[in-house]
Amino acid sequence: MDFGLTDDQRDIKRTARELLGERSRPERVRELAETGRTDEALWRELSDLGWPGIAVAEEHGGLGLGCLELTILCEELGRALAAVPFLPTTMAAGLIELAGSPRQRERWLPGFARGELTGALAAAEDGGAELVIGGADADVIVLVYEDRTARALTPAECELVPIASIDPTRSAARVSASLDAGEELADDVAGGVDRALVAISSELVGVCDRALELTLAYVKERRQFGVPVGSFQAVSHRCAQMLLDTEKARANTAFAAWAADADPERLAEAAAMAKAAASDAGREVTASAIQAHGGIGFTWEADVHWLYKRAQLDAALLGSAPRQRARVATILTERAARLAVPQLQ
Amino acid sequence: MDLTFSEQETSFRDELRDWLAENPPVPRPVEGGDDAQLAWRRDWQRRLYEGGWAAPHWPVEYGGRGATPTESAIYFEEIGRARVPMAANILGLLLGGPTLMAWGTPEQKERYLEPILSAEEIWCQGFSEPDAGSDLASLKTRAVKRGEEWVVSGQKVWTSAAQHAKWCMLVARTDVDAEKHKGLTYFLMDMEQDAVQVRPLRQITGEAEFNELFIEEATIPDANVVGGAGNGWKVALTTLMNERAGLGFALQIRLRQLLDDLIAIAAERGLMADPLHADSLAELHVRCESIRLLAWKGLTDVERYGQPGPEGSLVKWLWSETNQRLTQLAVDIVGPEAMTGGTSWSYELLRARGNTIEGGTTEVLKNIVAERVLGLPRLKAAA
Repeated sequence: MDFGLTDDQRDIKRTARELLGERSRPERVRELAETGRTDEALWRELSDLGWPGIAVAEEHGGLGLGCLELTILCEELGRALAAVPFLPTTMAAGLIELAGSPRQRERWLPGFARGELTGALAAAEDGGAELVIGGADADVIVLVYEDRTARALTPAECELVPIASIDPTRSAARVSASLDAGEELADDVAGGVDRALVAISSELVGVCDRALELTLAYVKERRQFGVPVGSFQAVSHRCAQMLLDTEKARANTAFAAWAADADPERLAEAAAMAKAAASDAGREVTASAIQAHGGIGFTWEADVHWLYKRAQLDAALLGSAPRQRARVATILTERAARLAVPQLQ
Repeated sequence: MDLTFSEQETSFRDELRDWLAENPPVPRPVEGGDDAQLAWRRDWQRRLYEGGWAAPHWPVEYGGRGATPTESAIYFEEIGRARVPMAANILGLLLGGPTLMAWGTPEQKERYLEPILSAEEIWCQGFSEPDAGSDLASLKTRAVKRGEEWVVSGQKVWTSAAQHAKWCMLVARTDVDAEKHKGLTYFLMDMEQDAVQVRPLRQITGEAEFNELFIEEATIPDANVVGGAGNGWKVALTTLMNERAGLGFALQIRLRQLLDDLIAIAAERGLMADPLHADSLAELHVRCESIRLLAWKGLTDVERYGQPGPEGSLVKWLWSETNQRLTQLAVDIVGPEAMTGGTSWSYELLRARGNTIEGGTTEVLKNIVAERVLGLPRLKAAA
């Protein structure tokens, strides 16, 4: 049993951390967020490096790596709050790769893998979705329905209204479409949706990690009553809780990513657990970051609010923590039916 | 990343499972009180010993199997899963033996290790005192050298198994002028002397798991000093580090079993259809799996990189709070039976209150995480 990364995976992580540390600095993210633009130069650069196709099969122009490698990039992009449509594009690509027909895969995947096409993925209600992350610029929007079917739509095949979400580091749109618009994906989408949940969870882990890092730096520096505020247990114990929440989310996400690649039968439960843990952690940890920053944390000038906003959208995306726990409960109920009821003493 | 067991680990697990299936313990005695329970646990450890399964984590030369940390964790998981009795000399197996292996003289190893394994002699741990709990190094029990022996006086508390123990891992102050951590010495004290009085401490469960020790001029031969006079803090840290290592896996499985039992009851009563109960149970499941994953991650990181990650400190904290949540939820799901004296759920509810206190309070664990993992400035405490 080994939770460690391979040398190649560590290289991916290190390269991503270094590149994004250069390109997606806080002042750059702020500039883009305040002007409501995505980082087109960074997206081109990442596309040249093959990032959008990291988990797309080689026959479709991708790098053919696994869910684990994908989550490494999602985590780093989340840490850096990169203003690129990586998460929505890779979620859409993953779903089409798993559930699309050969023709559908051929139609979309090479473009996604090269970053020439961007995608978006959302749960549909009544044929539309109120908040589609990345939707305003997407070339393909995949809507997932309750019955585990999905439809791929081009902007021409639906009504798409750009909206300003609270997270301006990514575009968003309201999408409505008739139930027969675009084309239906050929197969069951459950596995693809679960992989998307793992990707979102890993982005949330990155957001939490960064929120804790910023908070620790602040509470070690900020002095009141003659000492760093981080020496007060009311503050330091909050930071310890932030670490616990983050590590819980990280462990569950790692397990789910591993299951996606190596033990798909366990993916449904693992993905639901990861998304539940990561959604809760994302909300709690970024809220704690604002609180631990005190008054400055509530100002526009501090950077923690961008993390809080990203976490809010990711936590809700494809089902928030209670939705995921409801799925887990269904699995537990089925399992309990196979167990004997213990005798009370 | 590979979250499966190797062939060697799988065959270790299968061999143990087969042995446990072929050697079931006799049922727990319902009469005879504490002595009967002890005899039952002693008999069980004896069978483990004869089967070569009392302490697989010990090196082969001392009667163990030289199990890797992963195999050792598998052992505690399987022992927990089989719902067998707790070995009578669990403190000797987990704490005393490994401490002696690290610090003991060849004579001490020769004399003490075998009777630990066979449960012929039971061990207890005399660390905490009424005024030295979380702040252990401030302990006041005094030992003074007189000829070839030491004379000890003081008081210890929370001493599990003291009523049955032959040997006590005792930390006492031997140099009052030295700095607080430097004036301590680690002893093996013979409990069978009149100068040591054991008084049971009745807990909120009504049972007496722990004891107070009143020590008045007890004598300890100089040969029973472990790790040298004045080195007691370092030796004690070895004991404390072993405290969290093995048992965590057994506790984690115990939590899993309680949760499975509770889910089964909820399902049978139709309560899984209640979204609030379903949500609470699913959250407990996520926590329970998180504990398992974090425990394994912490262990394998040590195995692979020789360095523990932050997980070790987090696992005990998360486990204790989760067990409290679980047993509290059980009151809602099981109903009045869980509040009726003598039932297992009422016992679990009350016993769980101790979880966030014993073996490092949650507050102290948070301090450890804040200072050692997150590098936050140390809390300024009175000297």
